[in-house]
Amino acid sequence: MTDTTQDRLAPDDRLPHRVDTAPWDPEEVEHLSPEQERFTTASQWWMVWWKLRRHRLAVISGVILLLLYASTLVSEVLAPYAVDSRHSRFIHAPPQAVHLFHEGQFVGPFVYGYRYNLDLETLRREYTPDPAKVQPIRFVCRGDPYQFWGLVETNWHLACPAEGGTLFLLGTDRLGRDLLSRMIYGTRISLTIGLIGITVSFVLGITIGGIAGYYGGWVDNLIQRLIEIIRSFPELPLWMALSAALPVTWNPIFVYFGITVILGLLEWTGLARAVRSKLLALREEDFTTAAQLMGAKPSRIIGRHLLPSFMSHLIASATLAIPGMILGETALSFLGLGLRPPITSWGVLLTEAQNINVVALYPWLMLPVVPVIVTVLSFNFLGDGLRDAADPYR
Amino acid sequence: MLGYVTRRILIMIPTLLAISAITFVIIQLPPGDYLTSMVNEMQSRGESMDQGRLAMLRETYGLDRPMIEQYALWLAGMLRGDFGYSFEYNMPVSDVVGDRLVLTVVISVATIIFIWGVSFPIGIYSATHQYSLGDYTLTLLGFLGLAVPNFLLALVLLYLANVWFGTSIGGLMDPRFLGQPWSVPKAMSVLEHMWIPVMVIGTAGTAAMIRRLRANLLDELHKPYVVTARAKGLPPGRALWKYPLRVALNPFISDIGNLLPQIVSGAAVVSVVMSLPTTGPMLLQALRSQDMYLAGSFLMFLAVLTVVGVFLSDLALAALDPRIRLGGGSRR
Repeated sequence: MTDTTQDRLAPDDRLPHRVDTAPWDPEEVEHLSPEQERFTTASQWWMVWWKLRRHRLAVISGVILLLLYASTLVSEVLAPYAVDSRHSRFIHAPPQAVHLFHEGQFVGPFVYGYRYNLDLETLRREYTPDPAKVQPIRFVCRGDPYQFWGLVETNWHLACPAEGGTLFLLGTDRLGRDLLSRMIYGTRISLTIGLIGITVSFVLGITIGGIAGYYGGWVDNLIQRLIEIIRSFPELPLWMALSAALPVTWNPIFVYFGITVILGLLEWTGLARAVRSKLLALREEDFTTAAQLMGAKPSRIIGRHLLPSFMSHLIASATLAIPGMILGETALSFLGLGLRPPITSWGVLLTEAQNINVVALYPWLMLPVVPVIVTVLSFNFLGDGLRDAADPYR
Repeated sequence: MLGYVTRRILIMIPTLLAISAITFVIIQLPPGDYLTSMVNEMQSRGESMDQGRLAMLRETYGLDRPMIEQYALWLAGMLRGDFGYSFEYNMPVSDVVGDRLVLTVVISVATIIFIWGVSFPIGIYSATHQYSLGDYTLTLLGFLGLAVPNFLLALVLLYLANVWFGTSIGGLMDPRFLGQPWSVPKAMSVLEHMWIPVMVIGTAGTAAMIRRLRANLLDELHKPYVVTARAKGLPPGRALWKYPLRVALNPFISDIGNLLPQIVSGAAVVSVVMSLPTTGPMLLQALRSQDMYLAGSFLMFLAVLTVVGVFLSDLALAALDPRIRLGGGSRR
């Protein structure tokens, strides 16, 4: 057989090498419109975004979370009062409702002032709305002085009470502090605690899970056992024990970071497991072998080739882990083991609602639970949407 | 099966050892010990304590020895059933803990049964009526249960139970039964008080379980064998519970491992709020006053409770589902 081919194609009568110089359009046969082009060459992240956009609940949750986080940038301006301004004449005052019409006439947003009455039998302070006191709300106005981000001294607020009036939209606590303002300030602490905590556990989870999944063998076995042990501890008692170990003399800011790290230290196990199982599967793929043969270091292979292929999954599971931390902080602070005043978080605010009398007499003190529920639900829905969108090629 | 059981037991031993070590480190973490915090407290009241007596106390409790030795003593004591001495109660830890531990177990078991009882019908309904109004409503309720902090739910339910049913607030029974021998009214009173903590602790677990069962059952319902069964004329009810439901039931057993730590955690907070005579409030108090052996024993008990619970659920799962027994463990 070889003989015959050599006979037919002798070295000297081989066909001449021909190059066609005419321009050639590779899309001649199947032409792609710019939109189609954009679609076929889209990066993975664009595809995740397109898929997520169709998940309406996730998008709404994302917007809510964005707004909440944005509010933490300007908490001082949004709050009608400063965080610790006390009003000793209004202790446990109930929420004031916003009205628009007074006796059939349009006044604009206003509240009725309080009529104060001390019940001499029960010694209970009673505040009732007084229709004679119409107190229009002022907007973009000067009120309680505060330090913006602890730097600039100023007193501008988005909304303030009328001169000499009050604006307690969600009522006041036992020291006569405005609950709404305190909740707005608390957002800053409660939301960042989840973010910092998840960062800690993200780093731990990726590193440890990465090591376990990439090396396998006894390293993997050891880490698996460690994870099992940590997971078999009931979370909250362990959090309680660890936060009880934070010295009482510490500066509140240190306590804040201490609590965040504690929350993060115990949450990484789930992420580490996800990373490990994905890595175990991916390290058998051809592109990993190729990278190994080309002499890439393990850290480069993990970080550059393996992690990006399931980063979206990781972000989804991290999103789903944040609510646990926010609830954890709330529970710890509630028990008095977490954050302490003067730091204000939703959990710290809820410590006011610790006994049954509050539920009976001052139910508005339980309102800080509303932002907790909204945030936890939003993170859950967003995480669900992200998880569905994480694999856009399916 | 026997090989699987022995293997699981052998794994439990190092796990428990590691747990005891971690527990010991944690209870040693706060600076100082019970005696220093006691002296501080006495000083703040203007009293003082004799140095000689202090040194003697330190020696009796072994607080002056090196850490490793204290740990070894504690561990050896635990193996003999001696869990150390509670400084605050002036009693051996096992005497203080006993009843409370039993109640914790009772509440945990009741909670698991509650979770099963609620999530089983709801999960089946949600799966068979996917995307119906009922499905959406129940899913939303489940999510709400997940998002409301336990302690607040407990507080509100406690209040409502008092207003609507006249149940006495706090505790696990009506005050008039305290210290009385067990009788039918006393047991009724306990039942009357127990539904609130059980329900509150169970909410989060129920939501998770419903979602698991719903997802599993949906996967099974779309498989060809179900279609075949329906095509051959099996009534829908039978085609549901005869095969797909049995396969989808796995999470009810296997999730105990995830549920137990969650339940014990939830129970800790809820019982503080409701002042139930379980481990939670006492653990909190022991942590605050650095009553280290008491706190350590509680942590240890709770962890052991979880490990043993997970072990039992693994055994049950292996007995029910041969795939687990053959696939797990023997591969590596």
